Amino acid sequence: MTVSHQQANRRSHSAGDHGFPWSHIAGYILSVVLTASALWLAVAHAGRPVWRLSAILSLASAQIFVQLFLFMHITESHGPRYHVLALVLAAVFTLTVVMGSIWIMSFNGTQAY
Amino acid sequence: MAVAQDTVERSVRNGVPLEYATADGELKIAGFWLFLSTDLLLFACLFSTYAILRTNTVGGPTGAQLFDIPGFTTETFALLTSSFTCGLATHEMRRGNRAALIAWLAVTVLLGLVFIGFELDEFISYATHGAAMQRSAFLSAFFTLVGTHGAHVSLGILWMLTVVYQLAVRGITAVTARKVFIVGLYWHFLDIVWVFIFTVVYLTGVLK
Amino acid sequence: MPVSPANLTGHFFVTGDPLIYGADASILLASAAVVFVLTYYKKWRWLWREWLTTVDHKKIGVMYLMAALLMLFRGGVDAILMRTQLMLPNMKFLAAEHYNQIFTTHGTIMILFMAMPLIFAMFNIAVPLQIGARDVAFPYLNAISFWLFFFGAMLLNLSFVIGGSPDAGWTSYPPLAGLGFDRGPGENFYLLALQVSGIGSMATGINFIVTILKMRAPGMTLTKMPLFTWSVLASSILIIYAFPALTAALALLLIDRVAGAHFFTMTQGGNAMMYVNLFWIWGHPEVYIVVLPAFGIFSEVFSTFSGKRIFGYTSMWLSLMTISVLSYFVWVHHFFTMGAGPDVNSFFAVASMAVAIPTGVKVFNWLFTMYRGRIRFTVPMLWALAFIPNFAIGGATGVMLAAAPADYQYHNSYFLIAHFHQVLIGGVVYGMLAGMYYWWPKMFGFKLNERLGRWGFWLFNIGFYVCFMPLYPLGLMGMTRRMYVYPAGLHWALLNLISTIGAYVMGIAFILIVIDVLYSIVRGERDVTGDPWNGRTLEWSLPSPAPHYNFARIPAVASRDAWWAMKEQRADDLNSGRQPEPLQPIHMPKNSGRPFILGVFFFVGGFGAVFGWYLLAALGFVGVLFALLSRALEYDTDYYISVEEIERTETALGRS
Ligand code: HEM
Ligand SMILES: [Cu+2]
Repeated sequence: MTVSHQQANRRSHSAGDHGFPWSHIAGYILSVVLTASALWLAVAHAGRPVWRLSAILSLASAQIFVQLFLFMHITESHGPRYHVLALVLAAVFTLTVVMGSIWIMSFNGTQAY
Repeated sequence: MAVAQDTVERSVRNGVPLEYATADGELKIAGFWLFLSTDLLLFACLFSTYAILRTNTVGGPTGAQLFDIPGFTTETFALLTSSFTCGLATHEMRRGNRAALIAWLAVTVLLGLVFIGFELDEFISYATHGAAMQRSAFLSAFFTLVGTHGAHVSLGILWMLTVVYQLAVRGITAVTARKVFIVGLYWHFLDIVWVFIFTVVYLTGVLK
Repeated sequence: MPVSPANLTGHFFVTGDPLIYGADASILLASAAVVFVLTYYKKWRWLWREWLTTVDHKKIGVMYLMAALLMLFRGGVDAILMRTQLMLPNMKFLAAEHYNQIFTTHGTIMILFMAMPLIFAMFNIAVPLQIGARDVAFPYLNAISFWLFFFGAMLLNLSFVIGGSPDAGWTSYPPLAGLGFDRGPGENFYLLALQVSGIGSMATGINFIVTILKMRAPGMTLTKMPLFTWSVLASSILIIYAFPALTAALALLLIDRVAGAHFFTMTQGGNAMMYVNLFWIWGHPEVYIVVLPAFGIFSEVFSTFSGKRIFGYTSMWLSLMTISVLSYFVWVHHFFTMGAGPDVNSFFAVASMAVAIPTGVKVFNWLFTMYRGRIRFTVPMLWALAFIPNFAIGGATGVMLAAAPADYQYHNSYFLIAHFHQVLIGGVVYGMLAGMYYWWPKMFGFKLNERLGRWGFWLFNIGFYVCFMPLYPLGLMGMTRRMYVYPAGLHWALLNLISTIGAYVMGIAFILIVIDVLYSIVRGERDVTGDPWNGRTLEWSLPSPAPHYNFARIPAVASRDAWWAMKEQRADDLNSGRQPEPLQPIHMPKNSGRPFILGVFFFVGGFGAVFGWYLLAALGFVGVLFALLSRALEYDTDYYISVEEIERTETALGRS
């Protein structure tokens, strides 16, 4: 294994880690803003419900990235980032399970969710 | 343990976070990411079930009738803030500041308790107003999805307390650092799941 | 017929049936015999120190193997009982409710408590040795996985004599498995036993992914890994993404049953079809979880006994990975008849057929590996060879079943029964038996007798075709599965009789295999070289059995088939007189009794929950938490083996 390469992976992070926690504060502000916007979209009367539903789902998805990158140090690892691959696969399968189940259980349009 | 101690010191000099300094710590962090993937799929199944059953209220109360906007909003902000304070704990750990680390973990635990308190209150008030999980498929799915998340958070609180205890006794070592980091991953993950519960259950429920 | 909960405890011990009394007696006798032997030979300490507390992957592998063979026996007895009942029209050997219980426990045990531990046995026995590692990534967790499997299996098997067996099929569909039709504790046994062992399986999946990705010997890049290791990786990936769906399905059904919720009930808006959906999100990947490792074993066996490197290595691992991802997109083919609509059925039919492509690639690669090889017809090779025609038929009938409109005809008929036994026995059982014969000398230091092994193989293979070929036409003639009796005059009698004869032949073959094991323990050919088959991968570079730290020095790997390359190189090394590197102290995990105790607590909690004795259930749960806590606070978890001790061990093994 190439030691210098691993350290390069981390040093960029640990350098930021020793100072003021800027990235954490940015993450917090972002998560609050995203949550508040979703709440507003849901209770406001603007736009069609389908449109607003997709908007709040997108806002929720954005929060995944806030947590992963700003709080969970997802970019850190020893050697190849297999855990990122695992999470991508988990996301694909999660979508498959949720969308697949809804599709299957809608029985050719006789059931709507 | 002489060998292990050596690697620890070297890696810290090189700016490698302590939790990754030993082979063991590194493997456990990798393993925990995989565990989170499995947990994500567990929630995927519960979310699907909720999506399928949520309109089956069979004359019982609906989400729009039950959900209390100020209540679930407060709950959400408590958990979002706890995710932030948990991140600060890891940050302080990497600066080697044990007192601040323990303090932030304590704040995280307190916010977690606030969250659980709100949730319990919500559950009890539903159950005592004719909206228990036996009432309809919608309510079965609601209580199970939200309750599973709540059980995860409760377990996380207990877990975090044991980590705080170990930090107090042993200080920041390669082992305790790894434990802090992993319980942190768990906590942030639960925050993500909650954001989806907030969106799919509560906001969709009250969507006008 | 609903039974009131008060009756539950009244029927604590199952009574009134000679089969059950026979089982009671044999359980008591066997336990007494075990206790006597252990006490007489003063082996209790040995059992505890060497086995129950071990965290050594090799020993855990052996325990998985033993438990799986025992479960194969139990499931096999179930099969014989069923085939006896179906031997002739209007048989009165088993009553309807017994038949229901027996096919349920047969299916459940064969899939979850036979096939799963058997593949885990192979994972544990071979993977760390193949990749040049000293253990798995999390040895302690590995022990927990084993004990959760073990106590889960105990819980399910206990239902036979206490409380009554589950009887809603291995798939346990509601509403039949719901409270309305099935009050008895049997169904709870099913739900809790599977839940407990399922946690262990998920942990095993995580453990082996991390082991394979992070603990390979230096130089062994992913594309230099042995194909068995690749197959374990593919299988483990499926485990971690598929098992949560089973956990969810079982948990929701349990909540329905114990808390009166309405997920899958017929009233209050429940939707039983959602259970079917969740169950098969796990269920289909599950069949690939158990068959992919068999593919891996066949690759090792074909290449070793053809004296050639595997043909098409790259396409081999690519097809493993493709199958593992594709198999997540086919689950509806188990319930086309639910009527989800033509668009859904078409999508899943096409996806199912697509799996045949990478599988076909593998079969051709195996054939080309043998082409012009110097083939040795050893017992592992015979099992591997016999797999090919099996899988050709199983694959062809599988594609027939995947054609959604046609499946409306085959669904839940004996055609389906024949198909899945063809792939599960012909694929998984043949694969694991090949693996058992192949790695046996590595595990125990002696070979299994080839002559007896060949007899066992031929009898089993013949018995298999005699038993299952008649079931295809029977299915097409309208015989449906889970049918406990049939009238005369349908022209089914002859085919059923032939099938039953085949089942008995397989039973005799199983006994021969057991005799082979017993005979070889006494008279088997000792393996003093560590490389009895002239192998190609790193496990054969070690003495048989390997020392507990596996490798005194971690090997440096330069190419695929690393041990083969080293054997070719060794002549040069000897001439150059190069000195081996100095030994280093080896870091090892300590044994622990806690995984076993954790398993006991899960068992106690599960047993309490089965009967609704919540105090007992809570006790078990608290015990689990307590065990986890005491582990969290334990710091003295590992030790170093000194250089002197390694030298002593290596010299004793004839290596230095
Ligand atoms: C060793 C020879 C075997 C024989 C003679 C045999 C025979 C049978 C029979 C007679 C049935 C019941 C058919 C019915 O009434 O619906 C059955 C069901 C089943 N078998 Fe086997 N079997 C054997 C091995 C296996 C193995 C090795 C596996 C799995 C690895 C397996 C998995 C199953 C499953 C999943 C079912 C369906 C149970 C259900 O309907 O719920 N069997 N088998
Ligand atoms: Cu399938």
